[in-house]
Amino acid sequence: MTQQRNEWPLWEIFIRGQHGMSHRHVGSLHAADSETAILNARDVYTRRNEGVSIWVVQAQQITASSPSDKGPLYEPSEAKVYRHPSFFDIPKEVGAM
Amino acid sequence: MYAQMVKSEATQEDPEKLAAFQARIDAGEKIEPKDWMPVGYRKTLIRQIGQHAHSEIVGQLPEGNWITRAPTLERKAILLAKVQDEAGHGLYLYCAAETLGVTRDELTEMLLDGRMKYSSIFNYPTLTWADMGAVGWLVDGAAIMNQVPLQRTSYGPYSRAMIRICKEESFHQRQGFDIMMKMASGTEAQMRMAQNALDRFWYPALMMFGPSDKDSVHSEQSMRWKIKMNTNDELRQKFVDQTVPQAEYLGLTVPDDKLVWNEEKNGYDFSEPDWNEFFDVIQGNGPCNTDRLAARNKAWDDGAWVREGLMAHATKKSAMKVAAE
Ligand SMILES: [Fe+2]
Ligand SMILES: [Fe+2]
Ligand SMILES: [Fe+2]
Repeated sequence: MTQQRNEWPLWEIFIRGQHGMSHRHVGSLHAADSETAILNARDVYTRRNEGVSIWVVQAQQITASSPSDKGPLYEPSEAKVYRHPSFFDIPKEVGAM
Repeated sequence: MYAQMVKSEATQEDPEKLAAFQARIDAGEKIEPKDWMPVGYRKTLIRQIGQHAHSEIVGQLPEGNWITRAPTLERKAILLAKVQDEAGHGLYLYCAAETLGVTRDELTEMLLDGRMKYSSIFNYPTLTWADMGAVGWLVDGAAIMNQVPLQRTSYGPYSRAMIRICKEESFHQRQGFDIMMKMASGTEAQMRMAQNALDRFWYPALMMFGPSDKDSVHSEQSMRWKIKMNTNDELRQKFVDQTVPQAEYLGLTVPDDKLVWNEEKNGYDFSEPDWNEFFDVIQGNGPCNTDRLAARNKAWDDGAWVREGLMAHATKKSAMKVAAE
């Protein structure tokens, strides 16, 4: 198609489901700007009281790790088993720790 | 089922990569947008999710037809909420399709100029209020049959969209059945209306699952890729087995002389729909194809000034913000 498109940008939507919870990614939508993105997010993602707070982030502003980085990115932490408490055996007599 | 006869694409790629990909799917892993995937997988999914999204959007029209004429304010509010949900379903699915590298406008254009299809069911008219009952009960009922297993589909964004949608669907089916109960236990005229709605929607609802397995050429690859979870006939059988007792409860008659319980297979034997009619509707010759596409095209054209206006406003505002900094 030769026609120049002027599509509304894509926004990623994050919603806090309840007080005390962190925001969670729920999906995305198109909107001309951040204000209308929030209004649209309310209509699209909180029709049944699913949220108490909405974040919108323009999708193109997000930098994501690439799946092929999986090895180099996460391998260093896999080697450090001592970071988990179960690495250490503490005698029963010591009690809760 | 909202995606019928989705053509699956053959794939010619590195056999090693293909095998590794298939192994991930067999292991129940989800494929995410940035992962490597076969071209055929991507293309088939765009077609299937796109068709599904278009069905949700076009599917608003037959029900929207009755919003202003609902018999009570409560029914009107309920129907409005139901139709709004369908708009939401369309949006969840468009977003899932967009993660595969197609834009929203491309998808919209392909619907509007007929390159992409939507479910045959929405090319039938809704003539009476009882049709709102029949649509919720049968059409959403058939959609649920198909969508529940698709929650386990291999493509992550599609699976997540399906999970959201399934949470909302049982409200749709129940409000439809509720309308049917009211009509079927009402006056004689209401009862007739309910029966008439069932008569008109029964076979089109059966067609939603797509052609018979023996004529369904695209299933195998899609099933291996877990973008199709059951065969058309399996789902149709399940739907009939679930729905016939519900019709009996309503005191309505399923319009099929051959309908009979088959002890051996533990399911009903039933007549297949008229497949010539099905292919004809898919080709664009159903009772409402022209109306539906005209309505979508009009909405798109009439909305152009809103899309452009909001975009111009957003551009101006961000330019002012930059200037102020
Ligand atoms: Fe839906
Ligand atoms: Fe639907
Ligand atoms: Fe629905």
